[in-house]
Amino acid sequence: MELDPLLLSRLQFAFVVCFHTIFPVFTIGLASYIALLQGLFFKTQNPAWDRLALFWTKVFAVVFGMGVVSGIVMSFQFGTNWSNFSFAASNFLGPLLSYEVVTAFFLEAAFLGVLLFGRGKVPQGLHLLAAIMVATGTFISAFWILSANSWMHTPQGVELIDNRFHVLSWSEAIFNPSFPYRFAHMAIASFLTGGFVVAGVSAWFLLRGRDLAANRRALSMCMWLLLVLAPVQAMVGDAHGLNTLEHQPTKVAAMEGHWETSGNVPLLLFAWPDQEAQENRFEIGIPNMASLILTHTLDGEIQGLNEVSPEQQPPVALVFWSFRVMVGIGLLMIAAAFAGLLLRRKGRLYENRLFLKSLVGMISLPFLAVLAGWIVTESGRAPWLVYGIMTHAEGVTPSLTGAMALFTLIGYVAVYAVVFYAGLYYLTRVVRNGMLPESEREEVDGEVHRPKRPLSAAHTPFDDDAESVRS
Amino acid sequence: MEMFDLSIIWAGIIGFGIIMYVLMDGFDLGLGILYPFAPDEQARDVMMNSVAPVWDGNETWLVLGGAGLLAAFPLVYSVFLPALYIGVFLMLAGLIFRGVAFEFRFKSQRNRRWWNRAFCWGSAVATFAQGAVVGAYIQGFQVEDFVYTGGAFDWLTPFTVLTGLGLMAGYALLGSTWLILKSEGHVRDWAYRITPMLLAVVLFVFAVISIWTPFVDPLVWERWFGHIHLIWIFPALALLCALLVYRGVRQRRDGYPFVATIGIYVFTYLGLIVSKWPMIVPPSYTLWDAASAPESQLFLLIGVLFVIPVVLGYTAWTYWVFRGKVRVGEGYH
Repeated sequence: MELDPLLLSRLQFAFVVCFHTIFPVFTIGLASYIALLQGLFFKTQNPAWDRLALFWTKVFAVVFGMGVVSGIVMSFQFGTNWSNFSFAASNFLGPLLSYEVVTAFFLEAAFLGVLLFGRGKVPQGLHLLAAIMVATGTFISAFWILSANSWMHTPQGVELIDNRFHVLSWSEAIFNPSFPYRFAHMAIASFLTGGFVVAGVSAWFLLRGRDLAANRRALSMCMWLLLVLAPVQAMVGDAHGLNTLEHQPTKVAAMEGHWETSGNVPLLLFAWPDQEAQENRFEIGIPNMASLILTHTLDGEIQGLNEVSPEQQPPVALVFWSFRVMVGIGLLMIAAAFAGLLLRRKGRLYENRLFLKSLVGMISLPFLAVLAGWIVTESGRAPWLVYGIMTHAEGVTPSLTGAMALFTLIGYVAVYAVVFYAGLYYLTRVVRNGMLPESEREEVDGEVHRPKRPLSAAHTPFDDDAESVRS
Repeated sequence: MEMFDLSIIWAGIIGFGIIMYVLMDGFDLGLGILYPFAPDEQARDVMMNSVAPVWDGNETWLVLGGAGLLAAFPLVYSVFLPALYIGVFLMLAGLIFRGVAFEFRFKSQRNRRWWNRAFCWGSAVATFAQGAVVGAYIQGFQVEDFVYTGGAFDWLTPFTVLTGLGLMAGYALLGSTWLILKSEGHVRDWAYRITPMLLAVVLFVFAVISIWTPFVDPLVWERWFGHIHLIWIFPALALLCALLVYRGVRQRRDGYPFVATIGIYVFTYLGLIVSKWPMIVPPSYTLWDAASAPESQLFLLIGVLFVIPVVLGYTAWTYWVFRGKVRVGEGYH
């Protein structure tokens, strides 16, 4: 079988970017949560807030460190595998990606050290400021990256001269049509991710009766937050979808598994899209619902995949199913938030073990939803790299062979498997040791304090005897 | 075109970033290379502790350089990375393993042996790849119409293997002289013992590369044996610095060898730049050919001019806070 460098490059990019996304999507939400906890402590001087902030800062440190490590790879991917694209788009993408790096460094140099190591050493107000600046910085980083990505979906403000994009208007290019929707959708996704992780971990601590005062507060806050944000995310997602319908109708057609342009389109709950036959097998749907959602009329016409030739269609089954995974998890989140409200009104929010256990089980779901959502939007753009202007095939590195791409794909999977395993393993130990009174906590013996490096903010040992970890 | 040539300014910024990276990550990568030869585990702790507060700040310059190249000289980015595809992967894999090993070694007892190995191998592979990049730059790239057209292993030649091994010796020298500066007792004695040997290896490779390079690239031949005699000052100064390293070791003056080694690097680097100037993608593209649009260079310049002083200030402050010797059995507190 011939190895296809294009397919392998796409797989590789998908792999490294999915792996990387897991970390920032969590740290963006968590940074804001830590800033909130610091603010509450500053205002009320209630030590419970301080204990929570301390614990979550340790988790933040480890996750941030892993995000930085996986991010280094990202900054080289564009050149190694997509050199034609990088060269063509460099006038716009270069400054944007660099601004992201610059923002991250500025943040790390100036404020992260104070947040991680300044507790008790700098005035409380300054520590709070550092937390707020770190949270702000994560959003500025996301701003640049999402702007660059949105431009690839809805390019504008540029002119193509001699196969290179030249920027005519920075503001038009940066604030391109899909950017506000994507940014809002992703920002809320980050808060939801942070919210569900904090809720799940707090529930885990409550199930073990650890630091009840602090963890009840944390869980209560999270459930209020999720009660607001989970439904809001559904609405923002809907608006994002309508924006996509306007600019990338083929993507929406793939999301809905809609082959022929027509009115009275049903909302498919289940189907098996068959790209070769250009039709679905085993359709089960709600009549007219898709028309209603997308056009706000029952018989509204929706453009089908048949408007473009089969070569210009995205991989329909992947987009269709990823979309259903994302929406399904979103609905589950809304259900969990309302279940929390019901239990709160009965006064059993902190005692209902089934609910608490479900929350623990839901920790991984927001990450899955985010990855599924990104697969929808990125695969849905195929075969375009810059929508309507440059295809994946045109953007890939011409000198790349299938064997080279396969070698690095296997290499990155192997490297990340080790790093991810070590990181996740360590993170679970940090959590297991979390929120214990100081005397019961495991610390690294003679730990040397080395500032500035995120991971040194956590003092949990990496191995030693597993039994001594209190569960 | 305007009052300033933005491409020259950017060449200056990126050139500065590269030498900062080489010097700063150089000594901590060098310690990784020397790791298996350390006399005992105590010495390894001292080595680790001496770079622990600063190493990841050192690597920020690498990322800044990579992103800056895409923005300011996209041709470099879109030719070097495909041409060095396998090498770039090895370097990144090496740096990742080494970074993770750095963190978890301290928190680990039972698995420490494995983290030690990851630290050493990661450092060695990353360094070799960086040295090979320098060699590949001197060799030049097969480029047609702004697109790399060579093969996957064009970068791997006897010449680049030599530059790769040469940089390993060079980083090890930076590492050993850094250790002289930062340690005492038996650890420093060991560093003093190995420094002259490393210096000899570095000088040998330096000589071979200097003789070989003009034959690899006719432009370099023309530059060195043409009319401009002033440029011979750079190799002369580099050799003088090598002599100072040796003297510093003989007289046991702890600060001298490290500073003089930095001198060797700076003058060799300047020598390389004047050999190749203004070719940035040899053999045929100058830095103006490789540049992005002026408005893009300007757009980013504003942010970078604001951030570089902050990063420099913070870096200087970190080094100041952690100045002085690292003792056996103790880290910084």
